[in-house]
Amino acid sequence: MKFDTPAGTNPIDTMKVIGQAVDRVDGKLKTTGQAPYAYEHGEIPGKPAYGYIIGAAIAKGRIAAMNTAEAKRMPGVLAIVSAENAQPLGKGSMNTAKLLGGPVVEHYHQAVAVVVAESFEQARSAANAVRIEYERGAGRFDLVKEKPGAQPLTGNDADTHTGDFAGAFASAPVQVDQTYTTPDQNHAMMEPFATIAWWDADALSVWTSNQMIAWNKRELAATFKLPPEKVHVRSPFIGGGFGGKLFLRADAVMAALGAKACGRPVKIAMPRPLMLNNATHRPATIQRIRLGATRDGKLTAIGHESWSGDLPGGGPESATQQTKLLYAGANRLTALRLAELDLPEANAMRAPGEAPGLMALEIAIDEMAEKLGMDPVKFRVLNDTQVDPEHPERPFSQRNLVRCLEEGADRFGWNRRSAKPAQMREGRWLIGMGVAAAFRNNINMTSAARVRLAGDGVVTVETDMTDIGTGSYTIIAQTAAEMMGLPVEKVRVKLGDSSFPASAGSGGQWGANSATSGVYAACAKLRDMAAQSLGMDPASAEFSDGRVRAGNRSAALAEAAKAGELVAEETMQWGDLGKKFQQSTFGAHFVEVAVDSYTGETRVRRMLAVCAAGRILNPKTARSQVIGAMTMGVGGALMEELAVDKRFGFFVNHDLAGYEVPVHADIPHQDVVFLDEADDKVSPMKAKGVGELGLCGVGAAVANAVYNATGVRVRDYPITLHKYLAKLPAIA
Amino acid sequence: MKAFTYERARTPAAAAAAVAGNKGAKFIAGGTNLLDLMKLEIETPTHLVDVQDLGLDRIEETKEGGLRIGTLVSNTALAADRRVRKDYGVLTRAIVAGASGQLRNKATTGGNLLQRTRCPYFYDTNQACNKRKPGSGCAAIGGFSRQLGVIGTSDSCIATHPSDMAIALRVLDAAVETVDASGKARSIVIGEFHRLPGNTPHLENVLQPGELITAVTLPKPIGGRHFYHKVRDRASYAFALVSVAAVLNEDGSGRAAFGGVAPRPWRVEAADAQMRSGAGAVAKTAFAEARPTHENAFKVALAERTLAALIAENRA
Repeated sequence: MKFDTPAGTNPIDTMKVIGQAVDRVDGKLKTTGQAPYAYEHGEIPGKPAYGYIIGAAIAKGRIAAMNTAEAKRMPGVLAIVSAENAQPLGKGSMNTAKLLGGPVVEHYHQAVAVVVAESFEQARSAANAVRIEYERGAGRFDLVKEKPGAQPLTGNDADTHTGDFAGAFASAPVQVDQTYTTPDQNHAMMEPFATIAWWDADALSVWTSNQMIAWNKRELAATFKLPPEKVHVRSPFIGGGFGGKLFLRADAVMAALGAKACGRPVKIAMPRPLMLNNATHRPATIQRIRLGATRDGKLTAIGHESWSGDLPGGGPESATQQTKLLYAGANRLTALRLAELDLPEANAMRAPGEAPGLMALEIAIDEMAEKLGMDPVKFRVLNDTQVDPEHPERPFSQRNLVRCLEEGADRFGWNRRSAKPAQMREGRWLIGMGVAAAFRNNINMTSAARVRLAGDGVVTVETDMTDIGTGSYTIIAQTAAEMMGLPVEKVRVKLGDSSFPASAGSGGQWGANSATSGVYAACAKLRDMAAQSLGMDPASAEFSDGRVRAGNRSAALAEAAKAGELVAEETMQWGDLGKKFQQSTFGAHFVEVAVDSYTGETRVRRMLAVCAAGRILNPKTARSQVIGAMTMGVGGALMEELAVDKRFGFFVNHDLAGYEVPVHADIPHQDVVFLDEADDKVSPMKAKGVGELGLCGVGAAVANAVYNATGVRVRDYPITLHKYLAKLPAIA
Repeated sequence: MKAFTYERARTPAAAAAAVAGNKGAKFIAGGTNLLDLMKLEIETPTHLVDVQDLGLDRIEETKEGGLRIGTLVSNTALAADRRVRKDYGVLTRAIVAGASGQLRNKATTGGNLLQRTRCPYFYDTNQACNKRKPGSGCAAIGGFSRQLGVIGTSDSCIATHPSDMAIALRVLDAAVETVDASGKARSIVIGEFHRLPGNTPHLENVLQPGELITAVTLPKPIGGRHFYHKVRDRASYAFALVSVAAVLNEDGSGRAAFGGVAPRPWRVEAADAQMRSGAGAVAKTAFAEARPTHENAFKVALAERTLAALIAENRA
């Protein structure tokens, strides 16, 4: 099925099941510990052995010698695999550094060997007995130092110029020209990278934890030089990913190498202290933003340049993405520059581009509003646009940013905010409020599904879509239930298996809309088949309450499969509506903070997000997505930072004690409001994503609230107390 | 983790003898720190002597009117003890500011004093660390040091002692009771228990090989209002950037010890004497010898401001 004209009325519009706050269909499995995660599957051929990965002890250089003699003699050791004895490996198209390094070392903790033993403890112990000598090479670890040599990019990341930015900025009566920085960040998902791998002759099977099954299958095949049909990937439950599990990582490769070497299934869970340097992270950015405005508050010039770094062959953090689209203004400039660094591999983390981009842009907007003496909500409203500002012939498919801002201001009590900072006090606490716009593009991905109608009236959905904690199982069940006129209980959903039709997978907040659209397409086909089987006209058949009705005829849906199961498979493909219309999601974040006037400790007191993201498929799972994202936003604003040792080239705080993310005590009352929308230009579901929207802008809203509380503007994330302590009001 | 043998000692002296006579032996109580370090092979004992059967898990009143806290009293039990809450509130507040409920259930009084630094370079065995491997150097100096020490440090080591409990014990003038292999007991005042690193940062306290902590004693209650304020980037489950344990009197006099700043609980009695002159005067004396890094220089000001907050609260 191809979606190339705006959706008309369709069965989803019934919204008997879609749009309802249905409990997670997999909730009971998870809360009772019965949902098996990658490391826990028992369905494997034989007793597993355990692998322990050795990470490189240097960031750049070579392995001069690896002595495994002592380790090999240790109890229970079955195999030690390194580049010295591994089969020659290919490299997946989405990996920058090799997943098995050696003798060349490309980054700190790059996997250089795996020790396989009868038990985890034996493998770990033997891994510590492998003696490796390194020749340390010179590396580039400091973005500030490498910034002058950073290079421009092409394609989607190429510079954009609209009008005459330089002239308009120079002549603007009110200007902001500031530089902001965001640090390297880690996904810090709960479940570590984990895989159980085994071989059956030349076929490779894995239970793994991965967001994108079809990519994972393709990349495993490329790495092991196998035809894709020889690779079977399963990942039915995933304990968080946030982009960290979009790609094939060392756990799967090393488990497969280990399994080949010892002829048994091998399981590996990556220890947390290895994960932060071994795998990918969101790279640090340096962002210069220049805004020019008229005195009455109209933006005339918007310039956003961003620098980030990655290993040779890697990509940038596209932090200017939202600036192309968020505000009106005739003269515009965006530019990305990429430096080469020898730090661990940079890649996607939740809302790549927009999350750090808005952390900077939405402070700059706050600064401009203050310079203009305008309320920051009103300033944003004044500069709203209903068309792509770089291509005014392209309207937004639906854009309700203004309503998000105004309704949010109203609900939050924004009028109680003092425009002048550092005015509100409660005892020793300085109180402040901040706002930021939320913006994240909608992305549609090709997505297929197979649906089966059995003689008992149960519909089973099979797609390789993943549920990374987001609620995919539930919204897919709701979609099939709505389409087939069934209650959710009559739908079974099977996910995360590469033998199922390839879906959109989970990433870029594209999963919900794309994957349910694939299920919609397959169900549309199944409806036709069911109607035909019942001798009814597919065009006029109505599906509801477990029955099919056409004209004056009515039959139970189950009757359609009486003679045999009906199976329909279909792929949702996308036409050019995404080109004709700019498809994006919008929101407004409001935050109130209290800052201890003595110690500088910042505590978030209240948060509100108002989101406009098309039809909300399930307000309960969507709300969970948004409050989780808001929590991540607080982390990004106030504490998260991979500390770079610029001498030795690694992230020093490489565990969950050192890399701080919010705990319960950091998270106050959170409110989420979804505007009642349905965007007929994005899909038959009329839905868009919310998972990343919920993060976009939160950091800046917190930053603006800290400024409003203290009068101290911090442009260097995270906003930790040492950056403003000296500027707080004097103490008695 | 290296393979090790294990025994359960029956008496304190037997435990001390078992460790004193075996160079690779260590005591184990709650294990909340030791086991982590063993997994990383930062600690590699060949023999563990478990002290949990020694019956040292009671809190008793001393004849001087104080309390004797058995070394195996859990952090949870100690913080919850009615007498501690009533007369030594700073201790309860400090303990509950540390770790998590689960860890405090397992962590013991003696073990808390013996926990090792959380310096990230100590934990990463690829990095030079004089504390972990004497003579190998200190990667933390010149590295990521925001969390590390500002005073009492040396050119060999800038790590801090991570305990919250010990900061309160220091302000209370507690003492550590021990027994050695011969059965001989001694009492060490808390201010002399932890060593400064000098050029031997691997030696962290004055215990002799095999010497076992049996109890921590608190002198009789000292009155005053008890405060513990721990400053950190998140609201819970993080080590202190700076913490202040203070006991302040109505007349403005009092005493304070600082955590998160030094290789041991940091208290300078001459600084306490200035309490009535305010936090600035106290901090000036207490941190006169500070030599912070450029990343953690803020800790000196933060310590002063945190104490100032407590003094203001005491006045209010």
